[in-house]
Amino acid sequence: MAMTVQLDVVSAEEKIFSGLVESVQVTGSEGELGILPFHAPLLTPLKPGMVRIVKQFGEEHVIYVAGGVLEVQPDSITVLADVAVRGEDLDEQAALDAQKRATEAMQHAGADFNYAEAAAQLAEAIAQLRVIQKLRKK
Amino acid sequence: MAGGKEIKSKIGSINNTRKITSAMEKVAVSKMRKAQERVAATRPYAEGMRKVIGNIAQGNIEYRHPYLSERDVKRVGYIIISTDRGLCGGLNTNEFKKVVLEMKSWKSQNVEAEFAVIGNKATAFFKRFGGKVVAQQTGSGDVPRLADVIGSVKVMLQAYLDGRIDRLFLVYNTFVNTMKQEPVIDQLLPLPKADIAQKEHNWDYLYEPDPQPILDMLLDRYIESQVYQGVVENAASEHAARMVAMKAATDNAGNLMDDLKLVYNKARQAAITQELSEIVAGAAAVG
Repeated sequence: MAMTVQLDVVSAEEKIFSGLVESVQVTGSEGELGILPFHAPLLTPLKPGMVRIVKQFGEEHVIYVAGGVLEVQPDSITVLADVAVRGEDLDEQAALDAQKRATEAMQHAGADFNYAEAAAQLAEAIAQLRVIQKLRKK
Repeated sequence: MAGGKEIKSKIGSINNTRKITSAMEKVAVSKMRKAQERVAATRPYAEGMRKVIGNIAQGNIEYRHPYLSERDVKRVGYIIISTDRGLCGGLNTNEFKKVVLEMKSWKSQNVEAEFAVIGNKATAFFKRFGGKVVAQQTGSGDVPRLADVIGSVKVMLQAYLDGRIDRLFLVYNTFVNTMKQEPVIDQLLPLPKADIAQKEHNWDYLYEPDPQPILDMLLDRYIESQVYQGVVENAASEHAARMVAMKAATDNAGNLMDDLKLVYNKARQAAITQELSEIVAGAAAVG
Protein backbone atom coordinates (compact mmCIF):
# COMPACT_ATOMS: atom_id res chain seq x y z
CA MET A 1 0.00 0.00 0.00
CA ALA A 2 1.25 3.45 -0.87
CA MET A 3 2.33 5.76 1.91
CA THR A 4 -0.12 8.47 2.88
CA VAL A 5 -0.11 11.78 4.69
CA GLN A 6 -2.89 13.77 6.38
CA LEU A 7 -4.10 16.70 4.26
CA ASP A 8 -6.37 19.50 5.42
CA VAL A 9 -7.65 22.17 3.07
CA VAL A 10 -9.35 24.89 5.12
CA SER A 11 -10.58 28.39 4.42
CA ALA A 12 -11.74 31.06 6.84
CA GLU A 13 -15.32 30.13 6.01
CA GLU A 14 -15.26 26.34 5.93
CA LYS A 15 -13.31 23.10 5.93
CA ILE A 16 -12.93 22.12 2.30
CA PHE A 17 -11.10 18.80 2.49
CA SER A 18 -9.68 16.57 5.17
CA GLY A 19 -8.27 13.08 4.77
CA LEU A 20 -5.33 10.83 3.93
CA VAL A 21 -3.64 11.42 0.59
CA GLU A 22 -0.82 9.85 -1.39
CA SER A 23 0.30 13.08 -3.04
CA VAL A 24 -0.72 16.72 -3.59
CA GLN A 25 -0.03 19.09 -6.47
CA VAL A 26 -0.38 22.84 -5.99
CA THR A 27 0.61 26.06 -7.74
CA GLY A 28 3.04 27.83 -5.44
CA SER A 29 4.11 31.44 -5.96
CA GLU A 30 7.40 30.10 -7.37
CA GLY A 31 5.87 27.38 -9.54
CA GLU A 32 4.19 23.98 -9.48
CA LEU A 33 4.84 21.80 -6.46
CA GLY A 34 4.25 18.11 -5.90
CA ILE A 35 4.25 17.01 -2.28
CA LEU A 36 4.67 13.40 -1.16
CA PRO A 37 4.56 11.99 2.39
CA PHE A 38 7.56 12.81 4.65
CA HIS A 39 8.38 16.05 2.85
CA ALA A 40 10.61 18.50 4.74
CA PRO A 41 8.81 21.40 6.52
CA LEU A 42 7.92 23.97 3.87
CA LEU A 43 5.95 27.18 3.76
CA THR A 44 4.94 28.95 0.55
CA PRO A 45 2.19 31.27 -0.69
CA LEU A 46 -0.14 29.85 -3.32
CA LYS A 47 -1.31 31.38 -6.57
CA PRO A 48 -4.93 31.00 -7.66
CA GLY A 49 -5.17 27.58 -9.22
CA MET A 50 -5.98 23.93 -8.85
CA VAL A 51 -5.03 21.69 -5.96
CA ARG A 52 -4.78 18.19 -7.38
CA ILE A 53 -5.08 15.52 -4.73
CA VAL A 54 -4.41 11.80 -5.08
CA LYS A 55 -6.37 10.26 -2.24
CA GLN A 56 -5.61 7.02 -0.49
CA PHE A 57 -6.20 4.10 -2.94
CA GLY A 58 -5.43 6.35 -5.90
CA GLU A 59 -8.66 8.30 -6.34
CA GLU A 60 -8.07 11.78 -7.78
CA HIS A 61 -9.72 14.94 -6.59
CA VAL A 62 -9.38 18.54 -7.77
CA ILE A 63 -10.13 21.66 -5.72
CA TYR A 64 -9.91 25.25 -6.89
CA VAL A 65 -8.27 27.70 -4.49
CA ALA A 66 -8.12 31.47 -4.95
CA GLY A 67 -4.73 31.71 -3.28
CA GLY A 68 -3.51 31.09 0.23
CA VAL A 69 -0.61 29.43 2.00
CA LEU A 70 0.72 25.88 1.90
CA GLU A 71 2.25 24.46 5.05
CA VAL A 72 4.04 21.13 4.87
CA GLN A 73 5.17 19.00 7.81
CA PRO A 74 6.54 15.48 7.41
CA ASP A 75 3.32 14.01 8.80
CA SER A 76 0.76 16.59 7.72
CA ILE A 77 -0.03 19.08 4.96
CA THR A 78 -2.24 22.11 5.46
CA VAL A 79 -3.58 24.41 2.77
CA LEU A 80 -4.84 27.66 4.30
CA ALA A 81 -6.95 28.73 1.35
CA ASP A 82 -8.26 32.21 0.58
CA VAL A 83 -11.95 32.34 -0.20
CA ALA A 84 -11.66 35.18 -2.67
CA VAL A 85 -9.00 36.31 -5.10
CA ARG A 86 -6.82 38.75 -3.20
CA GLY A 87 -4.28 41.29 -4.23
CA GLU A 88 -2.75 44.52 -3.02
CA ASP A 89 -4.98 46.59 -5.33
CA LEU A 90 -8.15 44.62 -4.53
CA ASP A 91 -7.59 44.92 -0.77
CA GLU A 92 -6.86 48.61 -1.18
CA GLN A 93 -10.13 49.08 -3.04
CA ALA A 94 -12.06 47.29 -0.30
CA ALA A 95 -10.46 49.55 2.29
CA LEU A 96 -11.31 52.70 0.32
CA ASP A 97 -14.91 51.49 -0.05
CA ALA A 98 -15.23 50.96 3.69
CA GLN A 99 -13.88 54.44 4.39
CA LYS A 100 -16.18 56.01 1.82
CA ARG A 101 -19.19 54.29 3.32
CA ALA A 102 -18.23 55.57 6.76
CA THR A 103 -18.02 59.19 5.62
CA GLU A 104 -21.24 58.93 3.62
CA ALA A 105 -23.18 57.36 6.46
CA MET A 106 -21.93 60.03 8.84
CA GLN A 107 -22.89 62.86 6.53
CA HIS A 108 -26.39 61.80 5.54
CA ALA A 109 -28.80 61.30 8.38
CA GLY A 110 -30.84 58.17 7.71
CA ALA A 111 -28.42 57.21 4.99
CA ASP A 112 -29.49 54.99 2.16
CA PHE A 113 -28.02 51.57 2.82
CA ASN A 114 -28.73 50.26 -0.64
CA TYR A 115 -25.47 51.84 -1.64
CA ALA A 116 -23.56 49.49 0.67
CA GLU A 117 -25.40 46.54 -0.76
CA ALA A 118 -24.73 47.57 -4.33
CA ALA A 119 -21.05 48.14 -3.61
CA ALA A 120 -20.77 44.70 -2.03
CA GLN A 121 -22.42 43.07 -5.02
CA LEU A 122 -20.14 44.92 -7.38
CA ALA A 123 -17.03 43.86 -5.47
CA GLU A 124 -18.22 40.26 -5.58
CA ALA A 125 -18.85 40.41 -9.31
CA ILE A 126 -15.39 41.85 -9.94
CA ALA A 127 -13.76 39.12 -7.84
CA GLN A 128 -15.62 36.45 -9.79
CA LEU A 129 -14.63 38.01 -13.10
CA ARG A 130 -11.01 37.94 -12.07
CA VAL A 131 -11.22 34.27 -11.19
CA ILE A 132 -12.71 33.54 -14.59
CA GLN A 133 -9.99 35.53 -16.34
CA LYS A 134 -7.31 33.73 -14.36
CA LEU A 135 -8.84 30.39 -15.27
CA ARG A 136 -8.94 31.30 -18.97
CA LYS A 137 -5.28 32.24 -18.96
CA LYS A 138 -4.28 28.81 -17.74
CA MET B 1 -72.70 46.10 25.22
CA ALA B 2 -69.82 48.24 26.49
CA GLY B 3 -67.03 48.37 23.91
CA GLY B 4 -67.52 44.75 22.85
CA LYS B 5 -66.59 45.46 19.28
CA GLU B 6 -63.48 47.43 20.23
CA ILE B 7 -62.29 44.63 22.47
CA LYS B 8 -62.88 42.10 19.73
CA SER B 9 -60.87 44.04 17.17
CA LYS B 10 -58.09 44.50 19.71
CA ILE B 11 -57.98 40.74 20.26
CA GLY B 12 -57.79 40.29 16.51
CA SER B 13 -54.86 42.64 16.10
CA ILE B 14 -52.96 41.08 19.00
CA ASN B 15 -53.56 37.70 17.44
CA ASN B 16 -52.03 38.91 14.18
CA THR B 17 -49.01 40.28 16.01
CA ARG B 18 -48.62 36.98 17.79
CA LYS B 19 -48.63 35.12 14.50
CA ILE B 20 -45.79 37.33 13.26
CA THR B 21 -43.67 37.00 16.40
CA SER B 22 -44.09 33.25 16.52
CA ALA B 23 -43.10 32.99 12.84
CA MET B 24 -40.03 35.14 13.54
CA GLU B 25 -39.16 32.88 16.45
CA LYS B 26 -39.28 29.79 14.25
CA VAL B 27 -37.18 31.45 11.57
CA ALA B 28 -34.63 32.51 14.18
CA VAL B 29 -34.37 28.94 15.49
CA SER B 30 -33.44 27.53 12.12
CA LYS B 31 -31.10 30.42 11.28
CA MET B 32 -29.39 30.06 14.63
CA ARG B 33 -28.66 26.42 13.98
CA LYS B 34 -27.06 27.22 10.64
CA ALA B 35 -25.10 30.10 12.13
CA GLN B 36 -23.74 27.81 14.84
CA GLU B 37 -22.52 25.39 12.19
CA ARG B 38 -20.79 28.29 10.48
CA VAL B 39 -19.05 29.23 13.73
CA ALA B 40 -17.71 25.69 14.06
CA ALA B 41 -16.56 25.70 10.42
CA THR B 42 -14.34 28.76 10.93
CA ARG B 43 -12.28 27.18 13.71
CA PRO B 44 -9.90 24.85 11.80
CA TYR B 45 -8.59 27.77 9.72
CA ALA B 46 -7.81 29.96 12.72
CA GLU B 47 -6.16 27.03 14.47
CA GLY B 48 -4.01 26.25 11.44
CA MET B 49 -3.01 29.92 11.21
CA ARG B 50 -2.10 30.09 14.88
CA LYS B 51 0.04 26.98 14.59
CA VAL B 52 1.97 28.21 11.56
CA ILE B 53 2.48 31.73 12.97
CA GLY B 54 3.74 30.20 16.22
CA ASN B 55 6.18 28.01 14.31
CA ILE B 56 7.53 30.97 12.34
CA ALA B 57 7.87 33.13 15.45
CA GLN B 58 10.01 30.36 16.96
CA GLY B 59 12.23 29.77 13.97
CA ASN B 60 12.76 33.23 12.57
CA ILE B 61 13.63 35.48 15.47
CA GLU B 62 15.62 38.23 13.74
CA TYR B 63 12.51 39.65 12.03
CA ARG B 64 10.15 41.39 14.40
CA HIS B 65 6.77 42.16 12.90
CA PRO B 66 5.09 45.36 14.18
CA TYR B 67 1.94 43.34 14.96
CA LEU B 68 3.92 41.44 17.58
CA SER B 69 5.51 44.30 19.49
CA GLU B 70 3.88 46.40 22.20
CA ARG B 71 4.08 50.19 22.20
CA ASP B 72 2.80 53.07 24.36
CA VAL B 73 -0.91 53.63 24.01
CA LYS B 74 -1.87 57.08 22.73
CA ARG B 75 -4.75 56.16 20.46
CA VAL B 76 -6.81 53.01 20.21
CA GLY B 77 -8.92 51.45 17.49
CA TYR B 78 -12.10 49.44 17.80
CA ILE B 79 -13.76 47.17 15.30
CA ILE B 80 -17.36 46.93 16.45
CA ILE B 81 -19.62 44.21 15.13
CA SER B 82 -23.36 44.66 15.49
CA THR B 83 -26.48 43.32 13.84
CA ASP B 84 -28.13 44.84 10.79
CA ARG B 85 -31.64 44.42 12.13
CA GLY B 86 -33.30 45.03 15.47
CA LEU B 87 -35.88 43.03 17.44
CA CYS B 88 -33.21 41.00 19.14
CA GLY B 89 -33.57 42.08 22.77
CA GLY B 90 -30.77 44.01 24.43
CA LEU B 91 -28.03 42.43 22.35
CA ASN B 92 -26.70 45.57 20.68
CA THR B 93 -27.48 47.89 23.58
CA ASN B 94 -25.47 45.80 26.03
CA GLU B 95 -22.57 45.68 23.61
CA PHE B 96 -22.54 49.44 23.04
CA LYS B 97 -22.81 50.09 26.77
CA LYS B 98 -19.66 48.08 27.29
CA VAL B 99 -17.84 50.10 24.63
CA VAL B 100 -19.05 53.40 26.10
CA LEU B 101 -17.73 52.35 29.50
CA GLU B 102 -14.34 51.54 27.97
CA MET B 103 -14.34 54.87 26.19
CA LYS B 104 -14.80 56.64 29.52
CA SER B 105 -11.81 54.90 31.03
CA TRP B 106 -9.67 55.64 27.94
CA LYS B 107 -10.76 59.26 28.06
CA SER B 108 -9.59 59.59 31.66
CA GLN B 109 -6.17 58.44 30.44
CA ASN B 110 -6.30 60.95 27.57
CA VAL B 111 -6.45 58.23 24.95
CA GLU B 112 -8.52 58.88 21.84
CA ALA B 113 -10.36 56.23 19.87
CA GLU B 114 -11.25 55.39 16.28
CA PHE B 115 -14.01 53.04 15.21
CA ALA B 116 -14.66 50.70 12.35
CA VAL B 117 -18.29 49.64 12.47
CA ILE B 118 -19.89 46.55 10.97
CA GLY B 119 -23.70 46.43 10.88
CA ASN B 120 -26.49 49.02 10.70
CA LYS B 121 -27.04 49.24 14.44
CA ALA B 122 -23.45 50.17 15.24
CA THR B 123 -23.42 52.67 12.38
CA ALA B 124 -26.52 54.39 13.72
CA PHE B 125 -25.30 54.32 17.32
CA PHE B 126 -21.84 55.71 16.69
CA LYS B 127 -23.25 58.43 14.49
CA ARG B 128 -25.16 59.63 17.56
CA PHE B 129 -22.36 58.82 19.99
CA GLY B 130 -20.02 61.06 18.04
CA GLY B 131 -17.00 58.80 17.76
CA LYS B 132 -14.57 59.03 14.89
CA VAL B 133 -15.76 56.36 12.48
CA VAL B 134 -13.17 55.53 9.86
CA ALA B 135 -14.72 52.51 8.17
CA GLN B 136 -18.15 51.04 7.81
CA GLN B 137 -19.72 47.86 6.50
CA THR B 138 -23.37 46.90 6.42
CA GLY B 139 -25.65 44.39 4.80
CA SER B 140 -23.67 41.20 5.38
CA GLY B 141 -26.92 39.26 5.36
CA ASP B 142 -27.46 35.83 6.84
CA VAL B 143 -24.38 34.29 5.26
CA PRO B 144 -21.50 36.66 6.06
CA ARG B 145 -18.56 36.46 3.67
CA LEU B 146 -14.93 37.04 4.53
CA ALA B 147 -14.82 39.54 1.67
CA ASP B 148 -17.27 41.70 3.64
CA VAL B 149 -14.78 42.39 6.41
CA ILE B 150 -11.56 42.75 4.39
CA GLY B 151 -12.04 46.46 3.74
CA SER B 152 -12.75 47.53 7.31
CA VAL B 153 -9.93 45.38 8.68
CA LYS B 154 -7.48 46.76 6.14
CA VAL B 155 -8.30 50.34 7.17
CA MET B 156 -7.56 49.51 10.80
CA LEU B 157 -4.39 47.53 10.03
CA GLN B 158 -3.13 50.43 7.94
CA ALA B 159 -3.90 52.84 10.81
CA TYR B 160 -1.89 50.57 13.11
CA LEU B 161 1.05 50.36 10.73
CA ASP B 162 1.01 54.15 10.22
CA GLY B 163 1.06 54.62 13.99
CA ARG B 164 -2.37 56.31 14.09
CA ILE B 165 -3.54 53.69 16.58
CA ASP B 166 -1.42 51.71 19.04
CA ARG B 167 -3.92 49.04 19.93
CA LEU B 168 -6.76 47.40 18.10
CA PHE B 169 -9.74 45.77 19.73
CA LEU B 170 -12.59 43.68 18.42
CA VAL B 171 -16.05 43.98 20.00
CA TYR B 172 -18.77 41.40 19.39
CA ASN B 173 -21.29 39.17 21.17
CA THR B 174 -20.13 35.67 22.02
CA PHE B 175 -22.58 32.86 21.85
CA VAL B 176 -22.50 31.23 25.29
CA ASN B 177 -25.72 29.29 24.84
CA THR B 178 -29.18 29.93 23.44
CA MET B 179 -30.25 31.85 26.52
CA LYS B 180 -27.05 33.74 27.06
CA GLN B 181 -24.95 35.98 24.80
CA GLU B 182 -22.19 38.10 26.19
CA PRO B 183 -20.49 41.14 24.70
CA VAL B 184 -16.70 40.79 24.71
CA ILE B 185 -13.80 43.05 23.83
CA ASP B 186 -10.82 41.12 22.46
CA GLN B 187 -7.42 42.59 21.78
CA LEU B 188 -6.35 41.98 18.17
CA LEU B 189 -3.17 44.05 17.97
CA PRO B 190 -0.52 43.72 19.14
CA LEU B 191 -1.17 39.99 19.08
CA PRO B 192 -1.58 38.73 22.65
CA LYS B 193 1.40 36.50 23.45
CA ALA B 194 -0.76 33.59 24.61
CA ASP B 195 -2.27 33.43 21.11
CA ILE B 196 0.96 32.43 19.48
CA ALA B 197 2.70 30.56 22.29
CA GLN B 198 4.26 27.42 20.91
CA LYS B 199 6.44 24.59 22.08
CA GLU B 200 10.15 25.13 21.44
CA HIS B 201 11.50 23.27 18.48
CA ASN B 202 14.77 23.17 16.60
CA TRP B 203 13.65 22.93 13.00
CA ASP B 204 12.67 25.69 10.63
CA TYR B 205 10.59 25.79 7.49
CA LEU B 206 11.98 25.95 4.00
CA TYR B 207 10.57 29.29 2.88
CA GLU B 208 9.65 29.92 -0.72
CA PRO B 209 10.59 32.66 -1.45
CA ASP B 210 11.21 34.54 1.88
CA PRO B 211 9.84 34.26 5.41
CA GLN B 212 9.06 37.95 5.75
CA PRO B 213 6.32 38.38 3.12
CA ILE B 214 4.79 35.05 4.15
CA LEU B 215 4.60 36.15 7.78
CA ASP B 216 3.12 39.52 6.73
CA MET B 217 0.49 37.78 4.67
CA LEU B 218 -0.29 35.22 7.37
CA LEU B 219 -0.71 37.84 10.08
CA ASP B 220 -3.08 39.92 7.92
CA ARG B 221 -5.11 36.80 7.15
CA TYR B 222 -5.10 35.81 10.80
CA ILE B 223 -6.52 39.15 11.95
CA GLU B 224 -9.11 38.99 9.19
CA SER B 225 -10.14 35.50 10.20
CA GLN B 226 -10.50 36.66 13.82
CA VAL B 227 -12.81 39.46 12.74
CA TYR B 228 -14.72 37.13 10.46
CA GLN B 229 -15.15 34.69 13.35
CA GLY B 230 -16.51 37.60 15.38
CA VAL B 231 -19.02 38.40 12.64
CA VAL B 232 -20.18 34.81 12.41
CA GLU B 233 -20.42 34.41 16.16
CA ASN B 234 -22.30 37.69 16.45
CA ALA B 235 -24.76 36.41 13.84
CA ALA B 236 -25.36 33.26 15.90
CA SER B 237 -25.90 35.44 18.98
CA GLU B 238 -28.28 37.67 17.04
CA HIS B 239 -30.50 34.77 16.04
CA ALA B 240 -30.43 33.30 19.54
CA ALA B 241 -31.33 36.66 21.09
CA ARG B 242 -34.09 37.20 18.54
CA MET B 243 -35.44 33.74 19.22
CA VAL B 244 -35.68 34.45 22.95
CA ALA B 245 -37.13 37.93 22.44
CA MET B 246 -39.74 36.65 20.01
CA LYS B 247 -40.67 33.76 22.30
CA ALA B 248 -41.27 36.25 25.12
CA ALA B 249 -43.30 38.46 22.78
CA THR B 250 -45.42 35.50 21.65
CA ASP B 251 -46.05 34.47 25.26
CA ASN B 252 -46.96 38.02 26.23
CA ALA B 253 -49.34 38.33 23.32
CA GLY B 254 -51.00 35.08 24.44
CA ASN B 255 -51.45 36.38 27.99
CA LEU B 256 -52.82 39.66 26.75
CA MET B 257 -55.30 37.85 24.56
CA ASP B 258 -56.47 35.70 27.47
CA ASP B 259 -57.01 38.79 29.62
CA LEU B 260 -58.88 40.60 26.89
CA LYS B 261 -61.06 37.57 26.19
CA LEU B 262 -62.04 37.54 29.86
CA VAL B 263 -62.96 41.23 29.72
CA TYR B 264 -64.87 40.65 26.50
CA ASN B 265 -66.86 37.74 27.92
CA LYS B 266 -67.66 39.67 31.07
CA ALA B 267 -68.93 42.58 28.98
CA ARG B 268 -70.95 40.22 26.83
CA GLN B 269 -72.46 38.53 29.88
CA ALA B 270 -73.30 41.86 31.47
CA ALA B 271 -75.03 42.95 28.28
CA ILE B 272 -77.14 39.76 28.15
CA THR B 273 -78.05 40.04 31.80
CA GLN B 274 -79.09 43.62 31.31
CA GLU B 275 -81.17 42.77 28.28
CA LEU B 276 -82.92 39.92 30.13
CA SER B 277 -83.71 42.06 33.11
CA GLU B 278 -85.12 44.73 30.80
CA ILE B 279 -87.37 42.17 29.08
CA VAL B 280 -88.51 40.73 32.41
CA ALA B 281 -89.15 44.20 33.79
CA GLY B 282 -91.06 45.13 30.62
CA ALA B 283 -93.20 41.97 30.79
CA ALA B 284 -93.96 42.65 34.48
CA ALA B 285 -95.05 46.20 33.70
CA VAL B 286 -97.38 45.02 30.94
CA GLY B 287 -98.79 42.17 33.03
